[in-house]
Amino acid sequence: MQQLLTSIFEPGFFSSEPVHVALVIGGAAAIVSAIVGVFTVMRGQSFAGHALSDVSTAGGSGAFLIGLSPLVGFVGLGVVGATTMDAIGVRRVRGRDLATGIVLGGSIGLAALFLYLGTTSGATTGATQQILFGSIFSIDSSTIPLVIVFSAVAIAIIAALYRPLLLSSVSNDVAAARGVPLRLVGLLFMAALAVAVGLSSLTIGAILSTALLVGPAAIALRLTARPGIALLVAGVIGVGVTWAGVLLAYDSYYWGTSRQGYPVSFFIVTLVFLLYLASGLRERKG
Amino acid sequence: MTNYAEPVLAGEVLRLEAISVSLSGRQILEDVSFSVGAGEFTGVIGTNGAGKTTLLRLILGLQRPSAGRIVMPNEARSRRARSIGYVPQKVPLDPDMPMRARDLVALGLDGNRFGVPLPSRRRAAAVEEMLRAVDAERFADVRVGHLSGGEQQRVLIAHALISRPRLLLLDEPLANLDLHSSQEIVSLLGRVASEQQVSILLSAHELNPLLPVMDRVVYIAGGRAVSGTTEEVIRADVLSGLYGHHVDVIRVHGRILVVAGDENENTAAHESDIVVMG
Repeated sequence: MQQLLTSIFEPGFFSSEPVHVALVIGGAAAIVSAIVGVFTVMRGQSFAGHALSDVSTAGGSGAFLIGLSPLVGFVGLGVVGATTMDAIGVRRVRGRDLATGIVLGGSIGLAALFLYLGTTSGATTGATQQILFGSIFSIDSSTIPLVIVFSAVAIAIIAALYRPLLLSSVSNDVAAARGVPLRLVGLLFMAALAVAVGLSSLTIGAILSTALLVGPAAIALRLTARPGIALLVAGVIGVGVTWAGVLLAYDSYYWGTSRQGYPVSFFIVTLVFLLYLASGLRERKG
Repeated sequence: MTNYAEPVLAGEVLRLEAISVSLSGRQILEDVSFSVGAGEFTGVIGTNGAGKTTLLRLILGLQRPSAGRIVMPNEARSRRARSIGYVPQKVPLDPDMPMRARDLVALGLDGNRFGVPLPSRRRAAAVEEMLRAVDAERFADVRVGHLSGGEQQRVLIAHALISRPRLLLLDEPLANLDLHSSQEIVSLLGRVASEQQVSILLSAHELNPLLPVMDRVVYIAGGRAVSGTTEEVIRADVLSGLYGHHVDVIRVHGRILVVAGDENENTAAHESDIVVMG
């Protein structure tokens, strides 16, 4: 038994501070992403989530350049981008897609500039890797309070809007007729989405953040027909794959002889992908 | 000068006074007036694009008239939204959406409120009762996206009725339904109208399925409308006046055929009403 445990948890896993930080930040990011993700999928706004990850890339690389925590950049510019997208095209679904595409294009351009400046200035060669693909083991523990605050804000928004969000994902017309302030609900949801993408960018990198946002949610939607349970299942899957990813990445250092671990992001995204395939098989049977 | 102190008819739930609407310069509705009494079943009949959806959106307050006014007697303006139940046209329900029929009906109770709902026995009982009222218990735990068109209509009707509105608006609920389902929905609506003491305003492009239950008809053509009982409105002289050219009204085997062809438009306005009777 002892032997089995040590082969799963390689030496030092539980006493390593970077692991602790990774588990806390990754766990918080996973929960927020999963919960926001369920509504993102139900509202058909996955494309907006993806665009926000590009906005986050620009924000994170910009913050890196001027010496701020990438998280501030991820979430800060994300919220600005979300508000802009909402302001340009809330009226129609088609307008929403166009607005999303335009903001997406602009922010990739900015990210290209910031990452170029970041790499050529020499001092910070890891910027591109860290911003795009994440490096959760190198996050300083002083980031934790900010992560908790952002998570609490996003979850509070979703909790407050729970019923109007469900109702408007069924039909905007019905929601509007019932007096739901659709613009306000849409805007606040976009803000929560920006925070979720920012947190998940910190965990698995801006480019991959959509996986943590949409993946657990998509799996949960296949497994349960109840909205409340879907949130719970998505949260459990999100935290599960994130923590498993952290563990596997830690362990991978001891695999082979090269003493070079694999990135956490790789494991998390792969686990999400495999679970999604498995949930499809189960669904076909059921 | 208009006298706005008109006496409110006993049991009047809704009154439209000389409503006109134009959207981007195009006149959609012109001088439309009618009223709906308590517990009455009113059919709004017109071809596609006649302005039926616009009319319902006006009543819901989702759109403003360019002239005229809409009155719901005994209802404060702020409460108007809550006292109208609404079943919109074509609600695309995604098969993957994690929502059972039961959940959607519950949202009719408090879907506009903020915060997470706490489990409540009273809420569950109200949902159960409503599901029973529309014969939806069988599929109460099935995902709404997996239900048939007729079943979805039942759930949407339950969703709209559970808040006990005084007026239920349905936009083309019979479009896309087969004959059998559409008869079922019509008889269901006729029943709930009396059971729940709710007035029903239903838009349709076909008149005949509604004949067994309809108290009043609002017939829209060319942006104008006439209203009254079926006998008062569906007459060659009245409809000819509305269309502005000769219209034939043929009654056969308890069905009514309105043939409104003209030189520009060789097809009948109500083509779907022209059915070979078996």
